[in-house]
Amino acid sequence: MEPVVALLVGLFVAVAAYLMLSRALVRVLLGVVVLGNAVNLLIFVSGRLTSAAPPIVPKGEATPVGYFANPLPQALILTAIVIGFAMFAFLIVLALRAYQEMHADDTDQMRLAEPDGEPNPPLEY
Amino acid sequence: MIEHVTPPADWVIILPVVLCLMGAALLLMLRGALRVQLWVTLAVILAVLVCDALLFNRVMQAGPLSMTMGKWLPPFGISFTADVLGASFALAGAVATLCVVLYQQGDTPEAAVRDGVYPLVLLLLAGVTGAFLTGDLFNLYVWFEVMLIASFGLIVLAGHPLQLDAAVKYGILNFLATTLFLMGLGLLYGLLGTLNMADIVGAAARADAAPLTAIGALFALAFGMKAAVFPVNAWLPASYHAPPPAISALMGGLLTKVGIYALLRTLVMLLPVAREHLAPVLLALAIATAILGPLSAIAETGLRRAIGFMLIGGVGLMLLSVAGVAPEAVAGSIAYGVHAILTLTGLYLVAGLIERATGQGDTRQMRGLYAANSSLSILFFVLVLAVSGVPPFLGFWPKLLLLQGFVGATDWLAVFTVLLNALLTLIAGSRLWSHIFWRGTAEKAALPPSPMMATWILTIVVVVLGLAPAILVEAATIAARDLLDPARYIASVGLSP
Repeated sequence: MEPVVALLVGLFVAVAAYLMLSRALVRVLLGVVVLGNAVNLLIFVSGRLTSAAPPIVPKGEATPVGYFANPLPQALILTAIVIGFAMFAFLIVLALRAYQEMHADDTDQMRLAEPDGEPNPPLEY
Repeated sequence: MIEHVTPPADWVIILPVVLCLMGAALLLMLRGALRVQLWVTLAVILAVLVCDALLFNRVMQAGPLSMTMGKWLPPFGISFTADVLGASFALAGAVATLCVVLYQQGDTPEAAVRDGVYPLVLLLLAGVTGAFLTGDLFNLYVWFEVMLIASFGLIVLAGHPLQLDAAVKYGILNFLATTLFLMGLGLLYGLLGTLNMADIVGAAARADAAPLTAIGALFALAFGMKAAVFPVNAWLPASYHAPPPAISALMGGLLTKVGIYALLRTLVMLLPVAREHLAPVLLALAIATAILGPLSAIAETGLRRAIGFMLIGGVGLMLLSVAGVAPEAVAGSIAYGVHAILTLTGLYLVAGLIERATGQGDTRQMRGLYAANSSLSILFFVLVLAVSGVPPFLGFWPKLLLLQGFVGATDWLAVFTVLLNALLTLIAGSRLWSHIFWRGTAEKAALPPSPMMATWILTIVVVVLGLAPAILVEAATIAARDLLDPARYIASVGLSP
């Protein structure tokens, strides 16, 4: 099962890279989301995929009994999903505000911070 | 299960982060009370500073200190582990933040206070300090994100179009960097089955070198983006000049150093095999960063953008010792990190005062400030000398350590890079100085007292530490020793190497 998911992760990363190479901000953001999900899948598969029992400790025991799934990647992914979601929410609002203020979705036209065609620096003192 | 209770004195390791987070929460609850916001922030940062100083003193004398959360034994529970490297960076960061908040007292409009600039500053400090003190790689990722979201808030706070433009570039590239870090983290977990840094050292030594090198390359790319290493540093000069000067100072002083810290921690301590294989690439990138940074600063006329390029040059120097680990050179990089946190913050603060006195950020239009506001010229001059590494000032000692290390390792390319970087930075700085202060005349501008005081305090700290560098050199040497041979670090977590 792992190789299939690994291939899927690779596909996701490729799609994300393609989208992020775009100049349109919305596509870049879609690329960011796809990349985030690729990484989540990657962490999931790095904890090994099994069809074992859930990692729940039975009453009266100190550890789960028998063959059980690895709970750590699940905890990691949960954290990463929440953080990624918050970041994406911020970035999408930022893109909207940038569009409203600069009337541009094309990163080539967003040149307020680094204006084009500045005169040369002074050549004497 | 851990049965023993952590002694109260050991709580200094977690207190800096706890205080920042609690302080930020308190400020949010007090968001209506605009007058107390500043004083609560100052009190919290002072308390954090005291804790960091106690922690630094402790790890200097007794070696690394560790605390594991939630009664789980170390490889499973999340550890906070402070060694001299983390503690000294955290201490310098707290000093810089305190001065920045003092500066903000006279330079922050009420609207920004209402929008929550102070809780965001505390959250940023929490993220930075957490990143310096954590002993768990996934926890490091979480602190990176805390730091990132706080810096997003700070950079867009007034909502000026310039800031939004800067935030788009800063936001997307930095978020991409942390996602790449997370990717490396997932692969490392799949390979070694552990995320505790002390545990990784042993597990990585037994693992196959090829996948480790791939993971190391991902880490180098991710943290290189964070630290503004050429060629993935275009976001820094595009964004750091957009927010108000105090915020620039905070970000310029702290954030790139977290990237360098993570590079030192992961490549030098955790994955030395990967570092060895990546060394030629890292060396080339370090040289390019160290030379192109100050070269761009010479050609730049925006004041804070030029300082950003000088900052990038320093990042290149710190990366040099990741590429070629001579023990003194690693110590040099660590000392340079402390120096850069203090000096660059100071330089951005002076730039803010200069922009305030002249009413603009373009050095082409600035003139005659020397006669009008001579104290600014002294501050700027001292800090430029400190950044370039002219002898009695702070920047000299880290560069001396770097040179000692590289001469000892007969790495002449690195020696040449350090010297050329110092020369170019000096040229760029003195060029800025003569453009801003030397030509023409101007009216004297009245400057608010507390930003002046904050800048003076930070400059005096830089000068005093430059005149008495023994503590810095000693700390950096111990930190480098522990980084290259992490036996004490591992023992403090309670694992066997």
